[in-house]
Amino acid sequence: MKTIYEISRPGRRAASLPCSRVDESFCQMSQLPPELRRAQPAELPEVAEVDLVRHYTLLSRMNFGVDVGTYPLGSCTMKYNPKFTEQAARLPGFAGLHPLLPQLRRGGLLAQGALRVIHELEDLLKQITGMDAFTMQPLAGAHGELTGIMLMAAYHNDKGNQKSLVLVPDSAHGTNPASAAIAGYEVVTVPSKGGVMDPVAFKEMLNDQVAGVMMTNPNTVGLFNPYIAEIAEAAHQADALMYYDGANLNAIMGMAKPADLGFDIVHLNLHKTFATPHGGGGPGAGPVGVVERLRDYLPISRVEMRPDGTLFLNYDHPKSIGYVAPFYGNFGVCLKAFAYILALGGEGLKEVSQDAVLAANYLRVKLGDKWQVAFDKTCMHEVVFSAEDKVADHGVSALDVAKALIDAGFHPPTIYFPLVVKEALMIEPTETESLENLDALVAAMGRIADMAASDPEALHAAPVSTPVGRLDEVNAARHPVLQEPEA
Amino acid sequence: MRFTPHTPEDRAAMLAALGLGSVEELFAVIPEPLRAKSWDLPAGMSEPEVSQYLAKLAGLNAQNLISFLGGGFYDHHIPAAVDALISRGEFYTAYTPYQAEMSQGILQSIFEYQSAICRLTGLDAANASLYDGGTALYEAAMMAVRKTRRKKLIVCTSVSPIYRIMLETYTVNLHLELVEADVSDPAALEGLLDNDTAGLILQNPDFFGVLHDYTPHFAAVHGIKGLGILGCNPIALAVAKTPAEMGADIAVGEGQPLGLPLSFGGPYLGFMAVSQALLRTMPGRIVGRTHDAQGRTGYCLTLQTREQHIRREKATSNICSNEALCALAAVIFLGLMGKKGLVELAELNMTQAAYARTRLTDIPGVEAVDQGPWFNEFRVRLPIDARVAVSRMIDKGIAAGFPLGRYYPEQANNLLVAVTEKRSKEEIGYLAEGLEAVL
Repeated sequence: MKTIYEISRPGRRAASLPCSRVDESFCQMSQLPPELRRAQPAELPEVAEVDLVRHYTLLSRMNFGVDVGTYPLGSCTMKYNPKFTEQAARLPGFAGLHPLLPQLRRGGLLAQGALRVIHELEDLLKQITGMDAFTMQPLAGAHGELTGIMLMAAYHNDKGNQKSLVLVPDSAHGTNPASAAIAGYEVVTVPSKGGVMDPVAFKEMLNDQVAGVMMTNPNTVGLFNPYIAEIAEAAHQADALMYYDGANLNAIMGMAKPADLGFDIVHLNLHKTFATPHGGGGPGAGPVGVVERLRDYLPISRVEMRPDGTLFLNYDHPKSIGYVAPFYGNFGVCLKAFAYILALGGEGLKEVSQDAVLAANYLRVKLGDKWQVAFDKTCMHEVVFSAEDKVADHGVSALDVAKALIDAGFHPPTIYFPLVVKEALMIEPTETESLENLDALVAAMGRIADMAASDPEALHAAPVSTPVGRLDEVNAARHPVLQEPEA
Repeated sequence: MRFTPHTPEDRAAMLAALGLGSVEELFAVIPEPLRAKSWDLPAGMSEPEVSQYLAKLAGLNAQNLISFLGGGFYDHHIPAAVDALISRGEFYTAYTPYQAEMSQGILQSIFEYQSAICRLTGLDAANASLYDGGTALYEAAMMAVRKTRRKKLIVCTSVSPIYRIMLETYTVNLHLELVEADVSDPAALEGLLDNDTAGLILQNPDFFGVLHDYTPHFAAVHGIKGLGILGCNPIALAVAKTPAEMGADIAVGEGQPLGLPLSFGGPYLGFMAVSQALLRTMPGRIVGRTHDAQGRTGYCLTLQTREQHIRREKATSNICSNEALCALAAVIFLGLMGKKGLVELAELNMTQAAYARTRLTDIPGVEAVDQGPWFNEFRVRLPIDARVAVSRMIDKGIAAGFPLGRYYPEQANNLLVAVTEKRSKEEIGYLAEGLEAVL
């Protein structure tokens, strides 16, 4: 399909600007001297509004989202997002609110509604996780990880601890080691046993150099680590902090809380756990919660309550790490999560976890006939299969399976990850796919398993139903074309 | 409310397939002592109840203030088509386009976005968006540190103080040297630039709204083999000398003015463009154009060997979720404005601000602080504490600007005033009359 630049025609326009009603002389006053002006106008498109609307509408039809169909992308939690939360984020009283307004003298009183959203959401997240305080500032899950590691560093620095290592299990999300490294730590990988971090190996690697441990529980292969209390106790004895990557919290809401599992720091992916749309990869929001002894290090500002019940922004926290974002986080995303939590309530959230876990286990059993289950035991919200036998027997890879699922009308599961399972197919059905949809996925996967034996070539050729087939990614990386050349 | 489709019969059928009697049995792996002891969340509410509650909270915010607040975040008009298009479920309910064949829509839109950012900045390559302008600035600083293997960063004090605080937060444990100094005049760089300098960070227009030509600054930093980083306002780029023309290696900025609501601080959009030499050290997602086996043109994520899911602790950055939908809004906004419209928008902003500046400096006791030239924001010195003046103006229904004493204690009397195309001549008149009355 042509790009917006290719459909551009000189002289066409969609812009609608007010006429300036001030005197012509101000126009001249604002003229820039030549040495401050760009030589040529930027070659932006010249299109009528109708051209542009049709262009992006056509592009949207070449895109797959949860509103289009089942999207069982493991560890990404692509559940259905109810529509009313979008409306909430667009209320003019929120959407039009300037973030500097509360920093004006008495300005906090002009933003009481927004501050209340942050304050009440913090209370809800505290209850959900068992943590003692939250910051809404982190702008995404991985940004929350980085914030959490910086909090860890602030704690150790404040205590005068000299620590340089962070332990991360081999099944961790790739962002965990990246976040720890970017915050200045050396990362040590702990091996898994039976799909979960091995407490024996962990204790062998634990020493007084270890600042903290980053875990996801249940982890990325969908397994709950039953040794968690033992691991946390050992970590705390070494004055290492336990970091909880909340990407998979949707599996245990109402059943267990990270604080009770021994964690000191937790980030939540509001866009995963609480059904706010992912927007083609973002925006998200990654609030971070901590236990009491870490509260003082949280980013500023903090929303706090005065004795009269009004809320204000407190910047007076001398031990704070500072700002990780310019203001109060991705407020619009927080607002959607807040609306979602209010709608579901405690029982609804618990049911979310139960239905998500039920659906994943249903697929584990139903698909187990024709697909190798990586860890054949009760899983949580996601389940990992391996196409290793299909490779060995028929030359059909996880990638082939993924592409064949596209032709069957499903978004494929995660296949590039986790690294601990060869030819992984990580399926997370979520709680919002009906039994009919789960059965349809089982049927499609069954047909693909049969085809692997009978017609592997057809699987190598998939997908055939999409606007383009498999793309030459090697060429894309070797000879990067990253923008439309100017005509 | 419930958003799960399962009937009790469905659940029973699924449990039967598992050979289980109850869903609780699935959680047996969580040791009993670790189970949640309490779950004191409120009961769920219906859609109208939640909507009414949120509308009530929204109503507790000031809704009808005439706003001259800027400071890097601006009240621009958002054309209706932006929201209409980004609200399409195919876009906003999708995830990172890992499966290119069924994600061509968002991939092509990102490619178009990257192209627009390259054209605005004059640089060679752009990424598919970062969280916000401040984190983009931090990522640019870290690129300079990685590329030069040096430890010192020079940051001009006219770079947004909010972003400077963020930079300090992020680098505190990294054994870097952050030098903050007013280097608006290139002569001030002498003695600061040395062989340990990784990069020089500047902003145009600067935090006080003044436009600069930083060509000599970047020439000087290149002289010691450091990198030049320029923070930009994307609408000002329609008319201002480009980062490439000034010799900057990395341009970053806050994309909020490109069709994103203020939304109390986010979601916003960090943009970044770099010269060819820095392409492979750039953080975040990048979309490339390629083809399939039949020769059809298509788009995919590329240069991923830099990224966290492959390089883990050696990754260029840890960014995973980005701001793809905000980038989509930006490219739609830029397409709607178009080549001529964006220039007109920039000039209209400058004209309106010029009028406001004249009206304010006509008030006895109010003086311009800078000589200009300005974009759509400027500072004036008041005869009283700017916080007091702003506070009095709030009572008149006007957010008169940002009192600079908040971040620059020596500037207690200085007020930063932003004017966009949305402020009418009449409203600017209210601002001037109101301010005169409260001083």
